Amino acid sequence: MSEAVGQQHPISVYLWIWGLLFVLSGLSYMVDYMQLQGYLRWTLILIFMFLKAGFIIAIFMHMAWERMALITAIILPPALLLFLIGMMAIEGDYIYYIREIIFSVIDFTPASPH
Amino acid sequence: MGSDAAVTAAETRLGSVIDDWSDDKQTFHVPWGKAMMWIFLLSDTFIFSTFLVGYMHVRISSTIPWPNPSEVFALSFGGEPIPLILIAIMTFVLITSSGTMAMAVNFGYRKNKRVTVLLMLATALLGAMFVGMQAFEWTKLIVDEGVRPWGNPMGAPQFGASFFMITGFHGMHVSAGVIYLLVIANRVRRGDYDKTGNYETVEIAGLYWHFVDLVWVFIFAFFYLW
Repeated sequence: MSEAVGQQHPISVYLWIWGLLFVLSGLSYMVDYMQLQGYLRWTLILIFMFLKAGFIIAIFMHMAWERMALITAIILPPALLLFLIGMMAIEGDYIYYIREIIFSVIDFTPASPH
Repeated sequence: MGSDAAVTAAETRLGSVIDDWSDDKQTFHVPWGKAMMWIFLLSDTFIFSTFLVGYMHVRISSTIPWPNPSEVFALSFGGEPIPLILIAIMTFVLITSSGTMAMAVNFGYRKNKRVTVLLMLATALLGAMFVGMQAFEWTKLIVDEGVRPWGNPMGAPQFGASFFMITGFHGMHVSAGVIYLLVIANRVRRGDYDKTGNYETVEIAGLYWHFVDLVWVFIFAFFYLW
């Protein structure tokens, strides 16, 4: 029932990825240290985050060597959560703007007595 | 084709998915412990996702400015405050622990008991250091900065609730992982896996530990850096 041999790969694979994770973490930290702002900041944060996550899942958690059935069963559901994230971001924006309008000091009532 | 050990070898990845799901006795050709740990980690992913999505929504929709994590989590060693330095050290510690864990798994499969136990202990120690630093961070925010789940002097009142819930759940997972690692390390040391020569349990513990590091990658990016 179990695989014939343990999942063995040369230790160098892990050491290389380990080093890479340090580099990516350092770069992530630099994004804040250099006080980058706006879209450049967010794009870099996301790129480094997905790279780190990808390497941890694929190499450290061994996914790269697993069968496709296991890969899809585990990766697909969180991938679908991206839709939830997208929808909640849009709704959050909407709530923000509606709050700005309704709770601001500007009086939108037409024909106001004062 | 009825033997347990036989796994059909399709030529394409889609072919192998179809073969596995239409297989006679089991779908996932990994030890059941590994399959179950992956499924548990999937459920844990959903839990952390709900917290992070909730935090995202609350932060986007807040009309009161969100406290700047660069400033909130800065530490000064007598001079200028260094932004996020403690968080950077915590990230470093956790990534190091993932590395020692990966090596522990590797040495486990080489049936090297001594090195496996040492590496697992190193991993647990690094995890404990991480929790200690997080506890220091919490103390500083609660006592010095006056951050509460319902408000704080720096900005949007939801900051505290988000921070304590997300880092609290993560810190709890790290703590549980430290205990889990110590238990398995003791079993390895005791020679429980000598008879079968099967060190899968170490790999399964490793999966949990890498997950804990993985969650931190997301928390670091979305809460501290953003």
